[in-house]
Amino acid sequence: MINKASAALASLASLLFASGAYADQPKPWQMGLQEAASPVMADIRWFEQYTLWFIVPITLFVLLLLVVVVVKFRAGANPVPSKTSHNTAIEVVWTVGPVIVLLFLAVPSFKLLNKELVLPEKPDVTVKATATQWLWSYEYQMENPVSFDSYMLKEEDRAAAGKTDMARYPRLLAADNELVLPVGKSVRMLVTAAPTDVIHAFALPAFGVKIDAVPGRLNETWFVAEKEGLYYGQCSELCGKDHSFMPIAIRVVSEDKYKTWLAAAGSDLAKANKDLMAATDGPATVNVAQNTAQ
Amino acid sequence: MAGPSAHDHHAPAAHGSDDHHAHVPGFFARWFFSTNHKDIGTLYLIFAIIAGIIGGVLSIAMRMELQEPGIQIFHGLASMVYGFQGDAAIDGGKHMYNVFTTAHALIMIFFMVMPALIGGFANWMIPIMIGAPDMAFPRMNNISFWLIVPAFLLLLLSMFVEGPAGAYGTGGGWTIYPPLSTTGQPGPAMDLAILSLHVAGASSILGAINFITTILNMRAPGMTLHKMPLFAWAVLITAFLLLLSLPVLAGGITMLLTDRNFGTTFFAPEGGGDPVLFQHLFWFFGHPEVYILILPGFGIISHIVSTFSRKPVFGYLGMAYAMVAIGAVGFIVWAHHMYTVGLSLEAQRYFVFATMVIAVPTGVKIFSWIATMWGGSLTFRTPMVWAVGFIFLFTVGGVTGVQLANAGLDRSLHDTYYVVAHFHYVLSLGAVFAIFAAWYYWFPKMFGYMYAEWIGKLHFWVMFIGVNMVFFPQHFLGLAGMPRRYIDYPDAFAGWNYVSSIGSYISGVGVLIFLFGVFEAFARKRVAADNPWGEGATTLEWQLSSPPPYHQWEQLPKIK
Repeated sequence: MINKASAALASLASLLFASGAYADQPKPWQMGLQEAASPVMADIRWFEQYTLWFIVPITLFVLLLLVVVVVKFRAGANPVPSKTSHNTAIEVVWTVGPVIVLLFLAVPSFKLLNKELVLPEKPDVTVKATATQWLWSYEYQMENPVSFDSYMLKEEDRAAAGKTDMARYPRLLAADNELVLPVGKSVRMLVTAAPTDVIHAFALPAFGVKIDAVPGRLNETWFVAEKEGLYYGQCSELCGKDHSFMPIAIRVVSEDKYKTWLAAAGSDLAKANKDLMAATDGPATVNVAQNTAQ
Repeated sequence: MAGPSAHDHHAPAAHGSDDHHAHVPGFFARWFFSTNHKDIGTLYLIFAIIAGIIGGVLSIAMRMELQEPGIQIFHGLASMVYGFQGDAAIDGGKHMYNVFTTAHALIMIFFMVMPALIGGFANWMIPIMIGAPDMAFPRMNNISFWLIVPAFLLLLLSMFVEGPAGAYGTGGGWTIYPPLSTTGQPGPAMDLAILSLHVAGASSILGAINFITTILNMRAPGMTLHKMPLFAWAVLITAFLLLLSLPVLAGGITMLLTDRNFGTTFFAPEGGGDPVLFQHLFWFFGHPEVYILILPGFGIISHIVSTFSRKPVFGYLGMAYAMVAIGAVGFIVWAHHMYTVGLSLEAQRYFVFATMVIAVPTGVKIFSWIATMWGGSLTFRTPMVWAVGFIFLFTVGGVTGVQLANAGLDRSLHDTYYVVAHFHYVLSLGAVFAIFAAWYYWFPKMFGYMYAEWIGKLHFWVMFIGVNMVFFPQHFLGLAGMPRRYIDYPDAFAGWNYVSSIGSYISGVGVLIFLFGVFEAFARKRVAADNPWGEGATTLEWQLSSPPPYHQWEQLPKIK
């Protein structure tokens, strides 16, 4: 019980004092969308708030009407029922009213959709992500493509990988090899699944990205990561027993570090990753995610 | 709606005694060879209760698993049920969790909600409400029921035979997308599940034909379509949806079957097929299917609201044609389930637009129910309490549906718990609340006994608190990005998952209260009046005795 309580306190503390570095993964008792780390996600967050301004008042309005009806027209208060069963004017109002509300929703909705689906003409970086049961393989589209596999970080490999900081490398979200990308650059993701595999989905909530990885199909999406840091997503199409265990981990770094890493990654990925971690992670922080211990 | 008039010799007393038509057959002939719509309706209701309990147990097991991060119970379940040991138990448990989600959905949709609303209440009440002696094809009615039983057994059986190599059961989700449902699970479990769907589909198609024929041809003299009770409208529209959508599912899963067993490649890219084709076929059926689940409930809620307001339904024609519109538009919105498969911008724009249109007739329904109550003289008997609960909770599920219609926003919410919360608000809290409302509304009519008012209300409040606790926090989980169909989740999601799990145990208690209420009513045998609800109950079933005679309307009622 004491353990539970201290875990709750710890999670509350991490909720209140979450620093920018961890703004890119879900937080305990979170009630809304994740923080935006791309322009598209910023728009998605705006649009979600915008829709709430319609749907919450509508729901409360219906609730209010029900309360009024229940109080005012209960048999005790109103023993003789009216016989009204038609009122053309009000029927027109409650048909046209919703249509107007929908128009208010539709205009920004279509704008958002355009922004998501119209890719930049010349993306700075193109990476192909191929899903297999149960890992992601990334391939940088360039002269001599750099490619590697990314598995979920196993708990027993944490120490060896230098990823003991549970806040930075959370259970089920951390990967052995992150996809490394430069900050502020447009990235095009080509997404597919291995030819004889099943459907998966590449999702990264903080970037507002989700696209299915379908065998035999090459889907594409795009984003610009606006801040450096570690970003996490999870496979979002049921793909078998380890569906919960193939995270998408992206490390966004400055362009210099990205270039250094990319030049080294082709020959020795492990060393390139270690060097990059040393350059970006800094000293290990206090282990705030104590509710993970179990 | 014009009130029906019954002649004196239709009065219950005349029927309550045994006139020469009321030869009730012996037990075996009555319940196994039954051609009587009321008996078949009762069979369907019993079947739905049993299936609902099984489906509910599966869901509680899932919530127990998700109560805390990590794998809690499924490795243990897997070693208990399938005899796996050690690491194999963990892997077996992970697959078993997917089997549970799959079976929970299929059972609740095909073997609980549909049999309860269509096979149960519609079978019981449609002939009575339209003034017909029975369904148009009584023997076909019998085969409809006796197909659903083996279909259910096939699905249960599939949980115990091999699915993927070395694991048991079908774990592809109720959507059974290939290639996970073809090369992903080569064992016979998926074949059994497909056969189960085929048989259940055939059962529903036969039922749909029966309802369409009955409603179009057997209405009492004077009952034009525009005077027909709204429940009959709802079932008529539902039957058309079934008739038009189920053959598409049957085609899709037949192709799945031949892809699996006979070397075709409809959905296999290596042979020129396309996995996304199956999704189009599935959702062409799947979206009308969700309206199939909710439309009969719409009809039921209209009657209950009108009865307990002692007022005719407000805007009857608008209500009927709103359902027609929902049914029709329901056929052209299917790809809003597929915003992330890589549809073109133009296609997504269209499906956003079409989906939003559905909000308009749905709004008409909600406002008309409230307008029916407005100015009425409301009594809050148990069915009415459930109906008011339905209206509010369906509104909550409806408005989140409007959000999800927007492909731009759905990008973030697709395949997360937000979607799970949304569809449980419209189905678990919508359709199921309508089922319980109907149960208490027609229980005295069907079985001739009164339920206990306090048990019905306790059932409502426990269930209302329970299901809201299960599903409201799931909105937060979905927004934060928790994907659905996950046996384990990042620790940050632990809080709301814990709340959700506690809610599911409360709902489980609610179901036990329901079962106790059924037992109590049959044990106490409080005799129900022919019309226990008073002057507000104007449809024809309230002119018959409770329970109705074995064959009703030997002389057809005339509708003014």
